[in-house]
Amino acid sequence: MSRRAWLLLPLLLFIGFVAAAAWRLSAPSDTSVRSRMVGRDAPSFAAAPMLPERPGVAAADLKNGKPRLVNFFASWCVPCIAEAPVLLDLQKRGVVIEGIALRDDPNDIRKFLAENGDPFAAIGSDPIGETQIAFGSSGVPESFIVDGKGVIRYQHIGPIAPEQVAEVMAEWEKARS
Amino acid sequence: MGKGSLMTSGRHAGRSAAFYQPRAWIAAALALLAMTTAWSEPATAESNRPPAPYAYKQLADSRKEAEATALMTELRCLVCQGQSIHDSDAEMAGDMRHLVRTRIEAGESPDQVRAFLIDRYGSWVSYQPRLDRETYVLWLAPLVLLLGGAVLVLRRIKVRR
Repeated sequence: MSRRAWLLLPLLLFIGFVAAAAWRLSAPSDTSVRSRMVGRDAPSFAAAPMLPERPGVAAADLKNGKPRLVNFFASWCVPCIAEAPVLLDLQKRGVVIEGIALRDDPNDIRKFLAENGDPFAAIGSDPIGETQIAFGSSGVPESFIVDGKGVIRYQHIGPIAPEQVAEVMAEWEKARS
Repeated sequence: MGKGSLMTSGRHAGRSAAFYQPRAWIAAALALLAMTTAWSEPATAESNRPPAPYAYKQLADSRKEAEATALMTELRCLVCQGQSIHDSDAEMAGDMRHLVRTRIEAGESPDQVRAFLIDRYGSWVSYQPRLDRETYVLWLAPLVLLLGGAVLVLRRIKVRR
């Protein structure tokens, strides 16, 4: 290359840098933290019953041969209200949903279920986030599909939107087979 | 802000009086704070439950507390993302501090506790990234750049001679 052409190199590098920065800035960054537990055995945990008349959720219950969707939620979580009708829809389609209520209280949970519907087969209580951390989850709502052998097969971060039901159902079918 | 700006206000007549009014600055700062907190509110919705026992309580053993604190400054808050769990008031950061303190109290080493969290959230959760398949560029890039620079400098020196 001639000396003249070499002189263009800094300019080209600069243009490349600006292009890369513009590309990264234009795409909204994904700040969600994915769990490393997907594909592995569900952690050992025991979430005591949130409501005395209903069962809680524990690791041993997840290995009974039937898949389930473990849903982390809370009465103080606004997106969980938006997700509630979708969970009811999934329940109608045959998905067994077990809830883990994060930092919550029985009275608030009863009120939440009365207002937003109750898709849960069981509700465990996670008062200080121990179960949440055990699953590698970092917020509410979050859902994990656990297969009949107790292996976590899928993680959904954030509320399940109506248009994501098909994706979740496909993962559910995979976990059943 | 405060004393310093009042003392200099007499000497710089060129600036408008409002510039040196601490009250105006405080009002502006408060307005900015109000704007940012209003923005971040939906993301940091929190419960009305009391924090985890060891979220704000130190361990009785000061040596263990020092170990836990050192580790907490190196662990990233998962829901605030720019802060360590030591610096964050988010509930999840409190839960993670409880986890760190109770595990250290139970006799685990800081490295074991860190490994437990990395096992769940990836090396992203630690501010002390280990050298592995995902981070080798981070570790090797400075060395490569330094070597490249050294080569360039050496060639320059040879040409001069």
